[in-house]
Parts: sequence; C-alpha cells; structure tokens
Amino acid sequence: MSGGSVLLVVLLLVPLVGAALVGPIKDQATAKWSAVVVSVVELVLVVITWFAYSVPAAQNGARFQLELSVEWIPAFGTRFALGIDGFALVMLAITAVLVPIVLAFSWNEKLPEGRTQGGFFSLILATQGLLVGVFAATDVFLFYVFFEAMLIPMYFLIGRFGGPRRQYAAVKFFLYSLLGGLIMLASVIGLYVVSGNKLGQGTFTWVELQKMAASLPESTQIWLFLGFFVAFAIKAPLVPFHTWLPDAGAEAPVGAGVLLVGVLDKVGTFGFLRYCLPLFPLASQKLAPLVLTLAVIGILYGGLLAVGQTDMKRFVSYTSIAHFGFIALGIFAFSTQSFSGSVLYMVNHGISTGMLFIVVGLVIARGGSRLVGDYGGVHKVAPLLAGVFLLAGLSSLALPGTNSFVSEFLVLLGSFPRQPVYTILATVGIIFAALYVLWMYQRTMQGPLRGNAVLAALGGGRGDGPGTMIDPAVAADRGATGFPDLSKREIGVLTPLVVLILVLGFLPGPVLDVINPTAAATMSEVGLADPVGGVSR
Amino acid sequence: MTPVLLAQAPAPISAPAIDYAAIAPVLIVLGGACVAVLVEAFLPRHQRWPVQVALSLVVLAAAGITLGVYAGGSPTGLTTLGDALAVDQPTLFLWGTLLILGLGSILLLADRSVEPGGAFIASSVARAAVAGGGTGTSGSAGVGGAADDDRDYGEPGTAPTMQTEVFPFALFALGGMMTFVAANDLLTMFIGLEVLSLPLYLMCGLARRRRLLSQEAAVKYFLLGAFASAFFLYGLALLYGYAGSVRLTAIAQAAAGTDRSDTLLFGGLALLVVGLLFKGSVGPFHTWTPDVYQGAPTPVTAFMAACTKVAAFGAITRVFFVAFGDTRWEWRGVLWAVAIVSMVIGAVLGLTQTDVKRMIAYSSIAHAGFLLLGAMSITEQGVSGTLFYLLAYGFTTLAVFGVISLVRDADGEATHLSQWAGLAKRSPLLAGVMSFLLLALAGIPLTSGFTAKFAVFSAALQDGMAPLVVIALVASAVAAFFYLRVIVLMYFNEPAPDGPTVTVPGAFTTAAITLGVIVTLLLGIVPSLALGMASGGPFVG
Repeated sequence: MSGGSVLLVVLLLVPLVGAALVGPIKDQATAKWSAVVVSVVELVLVVITWFAYSVPAAQNGARFQLELSVEWIPAFGTRFALGIDGFALVMLAITAVLVPIVLAFSWNEKLPEGRTQGGFFSLILATQGLLVGVFAATDVFLFYVFFEAMLIPMYFLIGRFGGPRRQYAAVKFFLYSLLGGLIMLASVIGLYVVSGNKLGQGTFTWVELQKMAASLPESTQIWLFLGFFVAFAIKAPLVPFHTWLPDAGAEAPVGAGVLLVGVLDKVGTFGFLRYCLPLFPLASQKLAPLVLTLAVIGILYGGLLAVGQTDMKRFVSYTSIAHFGFIALGIFAFSTQSFSGSVLYMVNHGISTGMLFIVVGLVIARGGSRLVGDYGGVHKVAPLLAGVFLLAGLSSLALPGTNSFVSEFLVLLGSFPRQPVYTILATVGIIFAALYVLWMYQRTMQGPLRGNAVLAALGGGRGDGPGTMIDPAVAADRGATGFPDLSKREIGVLTPLVVLILVLGFLPGPVLDVINPTAAATMSEVGLADPVGGVSR
Repeated sequence: MTPVLLAQAPAPISAPAIDYAAIAPVLIVLGGACVAVLVEAFLPRHQRWPVQVALSLVVLAAAGITLGVYAGGSPTGLTTLGDALAVDQPTLFLWGTLLILGLGSILLLADRSVEPGGAFIASSVARAAVAGGGTGTSGSAGVGGAADDDRDYGEPGTAPTMQTEVFPFALFALGGMMTFVAANDLLTMFIGLEVLSLPLYLMCGLARRRRLLSQEAAVKYFLLGAFASAFFLYGLALLYGYAGSVRLTAIAQAAAGTDRSDTLLFGGLALLVVGLLFKGSVGPFHTWTPDVYQGAPTPVTAFMAACTKVAAFGAITRVFFVAFGDTRWEWRGVLWAVAIVSMVIGAVLGLTQTDVKRMIAYSSIAHAGFLLLGAMSITEQGVSGTLFYLLAYGFTTLAVFGVISLVRDADGEATHLSQWAGLAKRSPLLAGVMSFLLLALAGIPLTSGFTAKFAVFSAALQDGMAPLVVIALVASAVAAFFYLRVIVLMYFNEPAPDGPTVTVPGAFTTAAITLGVIVTLLLGIVPSLALGMASGGPFVG
C-alpha cells in the first residue's frame, strides 16, 4: 500500500516541481525540452498508475485505491488525503496524454511580444500538477484548495499569452470561477459544520462525509448541494453560467485552450459525479429536473450558437457547451450506463475537442485570422490539414466508428429509461452537431480557394476580393510556401489523437472496465436502483 | 471565577499586587520608549539613527524573549495590577503578534536606502532641504534663516538626516496597543487607546515627500480620532452608570439577571463600539482610512494598517466576549448591518480607486468587515479565528506596504495605479511578490488569507450567521477584482516609457518584506502551529 500511496504524491509533485524548475530557465530550447521531459515522465507515471489500479479490487468495493492520508490542519479536521477511483484515473490519464501534445504543439507558437515559451510551458505544467491534485484529492478541503489554486496558472496563461482581448477574457474567467468557488466555499464550510454536529468532530474526509450523507435532512442537502452545484456549473459550464467560456476559449492561446476545454472544464462534471451526487443524494434527485433542463437547454443552445459563430475558436467553445450538456444529462439521469457514458464522454471530449482546437489553431496560425469568412477551399492547398479537421469534426459530432459515438450512445441509452423526454430532446442536438460541423467544414475547407486570409497567404492579396478564384495549379505551387500543409512536427502532434479517436471508437472496453465499477459505486451512493440491467459489471 | 468574586469584595486602598513576569513585555516596551526619548534629547543628531534603531530592535527582541519565556511555561490566564490587565492566552497571542509586526514595522521605518535619508522629516527641515536642494544658489531671507538653523541636520546640499522621533513614537504606540488588548477594564482600555493613538497622529505628519497630504492626513486622523475617543469615553461613562463599575466582568454580571432598564447598557455599548470600530477602520466609521493611509509615510501606514488593526480587533473581541457575551442576541443584529456595510463599502469603493495605497485602505475596510464576523461569534472558534486572521492579515499588509514603498519615480513613491503598468517586465521578482500578497488578500488557497478566512467564516457559520457568511464570500469575490486589476496591470500591460523604477531595497526593507511573505506562505500551507496558539485558551476577566 505504501508503494501505491507514494505514487500519487509523485504524480502530483512531478509537474509542480517541473514547473518551478522550468520557469526560471533562460535558454528557451533547454526550457522547452525540460518541460517536455517532465510531461513525458508524468505520462509514464500515469501509465504505471493505470496498471497499479486494480479493477477487481474496485469491483469488490474498494472505493479509493492508492490511498494516502496524513494529518494536515488538525484544527480544521483537514487531511492531506489522496486516492483515486476509476473516474479520477481516466481523468488523470487524459490530462497526462494531452499535456505533452499541447507542449509539442506550442513549440513555435507565436506569443505576444516579450513573452517566452519557457514561461508558457511552466504554467502548463503547473496547471497539470494542480489538476492532478483536484482529481486525486479525497478530502473536500484539499479538493477546494486545488480547485481554486488551479485558477491562477490558467489565469496567467490566458492573460499573458492570449489573443488581443486577453485581459478581458482572463479577468472574466477568473472572476466567474472565483465567485463560483467562493459560493462553494460556503457549502464546504457548511458541510464541515454539519458534520461536526452529526459526528461530534468536524471532518472533511470524503468517505466519512459520504457515510453521513444519507442521514442529512433534505433541506440542508439542498442548500449545500446548491453551493457545490453553482461552482461546478460555472466550471463545466452549464448554460446560464457559460458566458465566460467563449471569451476565454477564443482569447486563450491554443495550447492553453486545449487544456481549458479538454480537462479543466471537466473538473465541473467530475465534481458533479464525485461531490454533488454521493454527498447530497436526496438533493441531487430532487433538483435533477432543474439540472436536466439546463443540460438540454445547453445542448440545443450551444449547438445553435455554434452554427452561427463567425469566429472559429468561439465555435469550438460553443460546441463544447453543447457537449457538456450531454455529460450533465448522463450524470443526472442516474443510471450506471449513463454515468459510464458521461465519464467516457469526458475522456472522449478531451480528445476530440482538444484535437479540433489544435486543428483550428493550425488553420489560424496559417491564415492569421480567426474568422470563418476569411477561409475557403483550404483542402486544395492543404489536404492533410483539411483531413484532420474533418476527422476531429466527425469525432465531435459522434460519427459511429469514432470515440465519441460510444459515449454519446451510452449516455442516451442510459438516460432514456428514466428520463425519456429529456433524452429525446437531447437527441435533437445531434442534428445540430452534424449541421455545425459539416457546414463549418464545407465553408472553410471545400470549394474554390477564397477568403481574405487564404488569398493573402497565397499571395493573391486582399485586393482581389472574396469572390476571386485562383487557378488550382498556381495555388498548389504557392500553397507550399504561403499556406503549407501539416509539417512533420504537426503530424507528430496529431497522430496520437487520431489513433486514440479510432482505437477508442472500436475498442472502448479497457477504459470502460476502469470506469464501470466506480459508476456502480456512485449509483449505490445515490441510493437509486438502476433502471435497466446496468453495465455488465 | 474565584478571582472575580474576590475582587468584588470591598477592600481598603492598598498597592495592588503586580505579577511582573506576566506584564514584563509591556513594561519593557514602554521603558524602552522612555529611554528612546532620552536618547533623542541627549545624543547628537548624527548618532541618533543608529542608536535608535538598535535600541528599538533590542527592546522588541527583549520583550519578545520575555514573552516567549513566560508563554513557554504554559501559564494560566490571570489578571494583575488590581485587575486592570488580563494576561490570558489571547493576550499573549496578541502581544506576540504585535511584537513581531512591530519588529517588521520598525525595520521599514528604519530604512534609509529606499528614500535617501529616510522617509521622515519635520517641516522646518523640509524647507531647509528644499533650499539646500536648489544647489545653494539662493533663497528668500526667511527660508535661508531656517536653513541656517537646521544646518546640523546634514551637510548642505545633501539630504538631511532622518527625523528619529518616529522610533520612540512607534514604541509608545506599540506599548499602548499591548495595554489596549490586555485591558480588563474600560478605563485602562481608554488609556491604552490614547497612548497608541497620539503617537500615530504625529507619525502620520512626518512624510518627507508630499508634505501637505501628509499633514492633512495627520490633522484628519487627529480630529476624527479625538471624536472617536470622546465617543468611547461617553460610552464608558454610560456603562459605568449602568453597572457601577468599569470592569468588563462587572458589566457582564450587571447585565445578567437584572430587570434594570437596558437603555444605559446598550447606549453605552453603542458609543463604546463606535470608538472601537473607528480604530479598527470598520465601515461606516472608516472615512479617515483612505486619506490617512494615502497621506502617511508608507512605513507608518504599514505600521498602522498591521498593528492598529490587531490592537483594535483584539480589544473588540475581548469587550464582546467578556462584557457583552451573554447579551449578544440583543446587539448582534446591529453589528450584522455594520459588518455588511463595511464589507460592501470596502469591496465596492475599492473598485473605483486609482491609488494603490487608497486601494489597500479600502481592502482593509473590507477585511475589517470579515474580522467582525469572527469577533461577533462569541465562541472559542470565533476568538481563535479572529486572532489567526489578525496575525495573517498583519503580515500580508506589512509586506504589501513594504513593496509599495519600493516603486518610485522622481517625485517619490509612484502610487498611482497607472504607474504600475508593466512592472513585471522591469522587476519580475517584485511583481511576483506583490501578486502573491494580493492573492493572499483575496483569500486564494495556499496563502494565509484563505486559511484565515476559512477559520473566521466557519466560526461564524457555526454560530448561526450563514447569510452573513454568504454575503462575505460574495464581497470577497468583488474585492478580488481590484486585487486582480493590479496583477493585470503589472503583468499584462506594457510599461509606460517614463514609468517608475523599482528601488533595490536595503537590508531592512528586504527583511521586513521577506518576513511578511514567508509568514503569509507558511500560514497558508502549515497553519497548525499558529492555529493551535490562537486557540490556546479563553479570555479571563
């Protein structure tokens, strides 16, 4: 056990120490390489963790594994307690997979004047370290600490390295999250006080609190639930709390955006599953219709707005809002199948939207504009780029054979028996998804070469106007220099994502095996019977 | 309770028993202050600065060691000097806090490298400096005369030496604060209040630069402070009329189980509390705070912000807990309103400030509101939370003002926010330190600000003040915006071409800032030791 407990601490410390070491390095090449080495070491450690995590043990009722718990602040009853379940493990895995990809992608990213890659990489690593803390904490206080601390590196990532309106976006992101966090703090303190009244000694230990949960009166549960819910709904983001995401997503540098949408936002949905449902089961059931309504609104509203976006990065943000609606639907439909589907969705969304973000970033880096209208016919000069754009898009719309199909299908299948109306409404969102992805692809990638950004890059000049066409043969010549196809490094960056999309599309079993026992455990903590047979294990 | 009952018995007038070991820290500080006055009177000017600095540091260290030795014997709480002073665990904690914060403040006061010659100067010397500073070409007759008088402040044409009266002032103020937090009756508390206030009024007017602003601050502080003292005294008189005693426990006893009219009690309490809240810069009694914080020389502002807050809230907590604990259901509603007003004023008006020092002043008003939450919860957690908050806030604020004193342009400190733009590019270390401190003030986890807020808010929630806690958290979120604004300016904006420079601090200022930053970090990560000390024991009385 002790070998296991050290593992999570190492997992937590490697990126944080790495960040502290990489930050001050003056020589940029050294800094970048050290950061990549740190992130690869972390990936290896996560792989070790994956194998150290025992699925049979989880099936036999071990709620957390690789646990470690030492006293931290006795006066508050807080412990430095780490441990992972299946949900946390897959989130750690997706984080560890995305970070090296993000670093490699950002290798030559054009940063605002006076900013260095070393600082950027260091902040990415710091974010990763704090994310590990968020997912691995089994003490509510410790979780809160990481949850809030995580804001700071992301705030600097957006504010220092982002696009033209980065200050506005960074402050908006920070204030939204901080406000949510502080409301959650009220609930955290409330939970502590309630546990003190119930158990005689206040505690933050998740397991203790979960045992106490069933005996809490419903009204208390609802108040405490709402505090956590608001924080997670802002983070996730669910619809009325979502307005920071398009700004933050659009202004963040692409690398940070991938982490933001791919992992950081999942802390919200992870929080629903880990904290809202098990700790406040009665409140979760009582308020489920409210959350489901928000989720379905999110699916439809996010999809509709994604169709209408003119800015490609905002487009990706809005597709995410729609996807988060699906995840929330699965969580609050209360069945093991929908839980598993939601967690798998979180992983798959990290992969497919992360990839979409990266591809959009590649397009923007070539054309120098974020506007959809500035592009057209990219396929003619950069076929590989258009190809990965299509693949990322198809994965995003959950085409069968891609990873997202499995999770979206599981969510809908699991949700239907208990919530048929919401599920049917959510299904309409799939149509929007097809619409926004395919239309975006058609406008930017297909047809004749057009759009100011493409024409300017190819040397046609803006004077030609948007309607001007370039002879394909000439374009192919110029394309190699003006609007080049994927470079070797970019292919390297995208390959793991492409592989993951296809492999998880056909073989989701290994991931589901890890997720399912925890989904079953969460189900029993909610205290409802599974509406259908449930997952096979 | 036995000593209380014994003290009630009428006794012939005789010299009270004095527990010298218990009150030694106060005696050392006040004695040191007297010696410092003698030093000021008898030593030639050029020797005063080193002697005063050494004396002050030795006095504080000696008082700290005495306190440590006494507290190390884990004493039980006692009252001494005829029950005038209560030396209990909260007192010892507050004394320790005050002494360490005082040490940090003295370090800032003593610095002569940031502002050549030190930040303090008397008015006539300032004129001399202006005349001499004009490279001795000419000057009107009157000014020339003054220059002749003050020739021995320094070589002509160089900056005159520092006004060293600040050191005895600071020691006296510190001695007053220590008396104030330990006072077991209202008269002693009033004397403590005056002893701590009068030197502060004077210190505010000593700034070398921006003399008008500094003198305005001193006059304003003095006038409003005098009013507040009068309120306090009036309240004291009414309470004496009610209880027939100025002892805190006697007031509590008189209020318990009596059918006398409560008018005098609550009238007296109201007036008393106005006086105390004024010192703690709690809204709506805060109006002096921004002007005084801005006008006073920055080291003095640091001293005021850190130590006065500790003293004021130490006393407020004691008064509430010992004298008015049992009647809390009657008066707490009003203080709810006061706390809300303070938090809202601090958080909202802080948003509109363009001067760093004024901004921190409004931040201190918001923090005073948070502190009031702890002081109002008449529970052990409330007391320990408040004490811990004071410790945490004091160090962070001290370091913040230390940093502010380093950002300068040709006219002295560059406190306008626009001048801080792009500071991270010129001085990444300073910007990093300042950001860390601001995040601590905002209450982000892993800083002392978070632990302290948590301690206070959980105490308040346990005592049934859930709505107030929610308001406080929202106010924290609003306040976070203006702390963030400074970080945004420092990191995300381009520096102005003629922006301020960051002075390389001397050893003293460096030590003070380092102390503040380390304590802020440690209290955020491993607060157990300090929390344990803060909850060492109850008030006695």
